[in-house]
Amino acid sequence: MKQETLDVRGQLCPIPVIRTQNKIKTLEHGDTLVVLCTDPGSLSDIPAWTRIHGHTIINTQETEQEIEITIQVQREEE
Amino acid sequence: MPTDSPKKAVALISGGLDSLLAAKTLIEQGVHVEGINFYTGFCVEGHTHAIRKKDRAKPKRNNALWSAEQLGIKLHIIDVIDEYKDILINPKHGYGAHINPCLDCKSFMVKKAFEWMEENNFDFIITGEVIGQRPMSQRKDTMPVVAKESGAGDRLLRPLCAKRLPETLPEREGWVDRERLHDITGRSRKPQMALAQQYGFTEYAQPAGGCCFLTNEAYSAKLIDFWSAKKTRDYELDDIMLLKIGRHLRPRPNFKVIIGREEGENNFLEGYRKMFTHLKTVSHAGSLALIDGEVSKEDILLAAQLTARFSQGKTAESVEIQVTEVSGESYPLHVKALTEDDIPKDWYI
Repeated sequence: MKQETLDVRGQLCPIPVIRTQNKIKTLEHGDTLVVLCTDPGSLSDIPAWTRIHGHTIINTQETEQEIEITIQVQREEE
Repeated sequence: MPTDSPKKAVALISGGLDSLLAAKTLIEQGVHVEGINFYTGFCVEGHTHAIRKKDRAKPKRNNALWSAEQLGIKLHIIDVIDEYKDILINPKHGYGAHINPCLDCKSFMVKKAFEWMEENNFDFIITGEVIGQRPMSQRKDTMPVVAKESGAGDRLLRPLCAKRLPETLPEREGWVDRERLHDITGRSRKPQMALAQQYGFTEYAQPAGGCCFLTNEAYSAKLIDFWSAKKTRDYELDDIMLLKIGRHLRPRPNFKVIIGREEGENNFLEGYRKMFTHLKTVSHAGSLALIDGEVSKEDILLAAQLTARFSQGKTAESVEIQVTEVSGESYPLHVKALTEDDIPKDWYI
């Protein structure tokens, strides 16, 4: 199991969601992806995308400047 | 395929009520539905709320994702920014009231959905189209055009108005029950609202003025001006993003000035400052301004006077503006702000 980081700071939604979606396609079950972003819309959109595709949010951290969302890839149903 | 295997439909999900209801109609019939949403760069969703500080209190959800979650379906968001340029620049069927190529756009999106359908072994496509809902793309005579030009043919089903259209493949094959589809027409939203109630949807997005900046008069004017100034009908994503933000004034044919209207816009424009000669009010509270175009020192002085006009120093004897050119050279200018009467109306794009 590996952990990768996706840097979408400065990008506005839905670009962070699209890039998260495309990155997760390349990962295996159990892998984690840390998404670094700045668009406050990401706080709603990335978890929503994650839920509807059956993956798991395992951590969300928000500072004044930056948002970090960690997703664990789930592949059982696919 | 075994008869008990559910058929699979890909639904174009915009985030509005119609596509939500169309997908729900098929889910109710036991069809496996997944959503698809295309990002052209002109979508109203997200950007402006994210940028403008005054909009920060508004929910920042993406309505297409929200719709998918209400429906319990997957949503695939596809970046079509580059491919979409040809649709916008060379629309076979022309533009609507502004610079909206709605008919070409609909055919393009159904075509992309059809390609996705084939790649992912789905059986048909559904949209939330309603006859008479839109003057260009949702008319009884244009619906066959979309089906034909997209290549989807009779694998394109419009559940909300299907009973008023010829039978499609999913209906003929018994994958869906035509009797349980709908016969909605026209611009009234009452049938959709009644259907939403029937399906138990109490909350749904109803974007005023549509979900695309190209149907917006002010945005269209800025895009036409942009093309005219560049002498080419082309764009990059950053170009069309900047058209969504700030006041745009063109005092001379060779340049325009983009001036932030509030803190959120100024923060957004900050991200572009290295690409443009930019001006910042130093002596008073004010906005960041970007100069788009090749400019002389005289032009920069005029841009500084304009920038001062939109600062707290607009009535002051002198306003200090820090100019930073693309080369990195930075220097102060002391100017008196233009008055309202100094700014001809036709400078505003």
